[in-house]
Amino acid sequence: MAEQASIAEATMTGANNGEGVRRRDFINIAAVSFAGVGGLAALYPLISQMAPSADVLAESSTEIDISAIAPGQAIKAVWRKQPVFIRNLTPEEIKAADGVDVASLRDPQTLEQRTTAGKTNWLITMGVCTHLGCVPLGAGEGEVKGEFGGYFCPCHGSVYDTAARIRKGPAPKNLEVPPHEFSSDTVVKIG
Amino acid sequence: MSFPWANEYKPTNPLMQWVDERLPLPRFVYNAVGAGYPVPRNLNYMWNFGVLAGFALVLQIVTGVVLAMHYAANDKVAFDSVEHIMRDVNWGWMLRYAHANGASMFFIVVYTHIFRGFFYSSYKAPREMIWLLGVVIFLLMMATAFMGYVLPWGQMSFWGAKVITGLFSAIPLVGTPLQEWLLGGFAPDNAALNRFFSLHFLLPFVILGVIILHVWALHIPGSSNPTGVEVKQESDTVPFHPYYTAKDGFGLGIFLLVYCALVFFAPNLLGHPDNYIPANPLSTPAHIVPEWYFWPFYAILRAFTSDFLFIPAKLMGVLAMFSAILVWFFLPWLDTSPVRSGHYRPLFRKFFYLLVVDVLVLGYCGGAPAEEPYVMISQIASMYYFLHFLVILPVVSSIETPAPLPFSITEAVLGKDEHATLAPATPAVA
Repeated sequence: MAEQASIAEATMTGANNGEGVRRRDFINIAAVSFAGVGGLAALYPLISQMAPSADVLAESSTEIDISAIAPGQAIKAVWRKQPVFIRNLTPEEIKAADGVDVASLRDPQTLEQRTTAGKTNWLITMGVCTHLGCVPLGAGEGEVKGEFGGYFCPCHGSVYDTAARIRKGPAPKNLEVPPHEFSSDTVVKIG
Repeated sequence: MSFPWANEYKPTNPLMQWVDERLPLPRFVYNAVGAGYPVPRNLNYMWNFGVLAGFALVLQIVTGVVLAMHYAANDKVAFDSVEHIMRDVNWGWMLRYAHANGASMFFIVVYTHIFRGFFYSSYKAPREMIWLLGVVIFLLMMATAFMGYVLPWGQMSFWGAKVITGLFSAIPLVGTPLQEWLLGGFAPDNAALNRFFSLHFLLPFVILGVIILHVWALHIPGSSNPTGVEVKQESDTVPFHPYYTAKDGFGLGIFLLVYCALVFFAPNLLGHPDNYIPANPLSTPAHIVPEWYFWPFYAILRAFTSDFLFIPAKLMGVLAMFSAILVWFFLPWLDTSPVRSGHYRPLFRKFFYLLVVDVLVLGYCGGAPAEEPYVMISQIASMYYFLHFLVILPVVSSIETPAPLPFSITEAVLGKDEHATLAPATPAVA
């Protein structure tokens, strides 16, 4: 009995710093925090493993020969496993794109901003609708180009003009222009 | 947890007594879905669908585990491995059709179960938790079904995956990185296919866990019933077994008739021919639609075609589509009428049927191409859908004069309460 009482007394006096916080509370908080931080750190690889892996990231540039594309024609290339439209615009199509009041567009951009200086006839865009990712029609032979003469997405009816700018339908943005540069007059490097 | 007059589990077999003393699992089952669970005596066939949904889940798990023994989740061979199942694996064609149509049957049953809940206000106190868990199960089912549909790696699989993960890119700032993280690439690819397979295998067991919680929560107040009047006395109930095991058995027979008719005579009726074309990332099918059970929500997604204030149309569509299900979480508090059953709510009943028609119209538009007049019909129907839950239900609850309720379930069934007869007590099982 006496022994128990002295242990209780020791706990009371020895561990109590006067504000009701005991030494044991500190150990408790420190141990749980340490385990918590460790647990969170262990989550990081579990979440990060889902992001694109190194081999997927490595396929991030491609070179394309554009010498055979006549004005008015377009081809579909592949970059990052997604389609890219490379289109040789006719002077009429350039004129149609430049004739639009940029301020009236949903995603205001001029054709110059979307092409390389001196090569405004080469419109290079992703073939991925900015709505939900379908491939719009209009690059292939005989495909519907939509009422603005550019691209038409059959999934949800988005219509793009000759500068591949969104004009009508649910898509929020213009078709994305991927990073690209002309290695020569006939070869373009995407990515 | 149960009524005081519930039958008690009294095993006579010494082996069962031995088990009961050490692990009372048979007792647990007896009290959950056996003679130890007293159930209102007036349940109609709308109360079959909970058991049927459970059966459909077991069916999906059994056929799914077997299919996983033959399927290969790799983008190079996934499509061929499904054809291998169809052509070479013994009974593979039947197992795959059973799994694909089982998903459709699961959704038919669950939609009926949910609309039963709408009509009889099964979500009202004290059963809110059962309802909330049910909505969670439905969301998990949708995720599981979507990922399962991606696995054959046909054109619809691929483009379905692209469009649905594309929904996440609508979220401001984090959208595109989030989409790339979900897919493990810039477009659906081997990484996405593999993780979808992993999760498609996992989620049904998560659903099973939530169903256990759903049934646990159900057994606290006990089952609801078509009058919405709570159980007051022993004459209001009968034991689950044999009365409702028999009734559910009959319903199961009808379920199996419809299911087998689909599997054996029209296995591709609810599918899309495009999914028998291998996935091609460079060509979108002319008309991509999800499976039929997503059509109402797909119609709501597509109904938003122009920007609203500062919110882009795409984000609005995504928000509306998710809200269409999330609004169910608030149902117990949106419907404030003290009367549960639609049978005693004349005004509510009319709006309930209008909602059924509205959802069917949305479903039809969701399966139709994205052109007029379907877009405008979807817009009107989507607006009405939200109007029903957010405006009509609270207003109807406050202005409606309900019909008089019966005194008890016994009176509703027999006309007079004092003439009640009790179900014979079933002898304890061996």
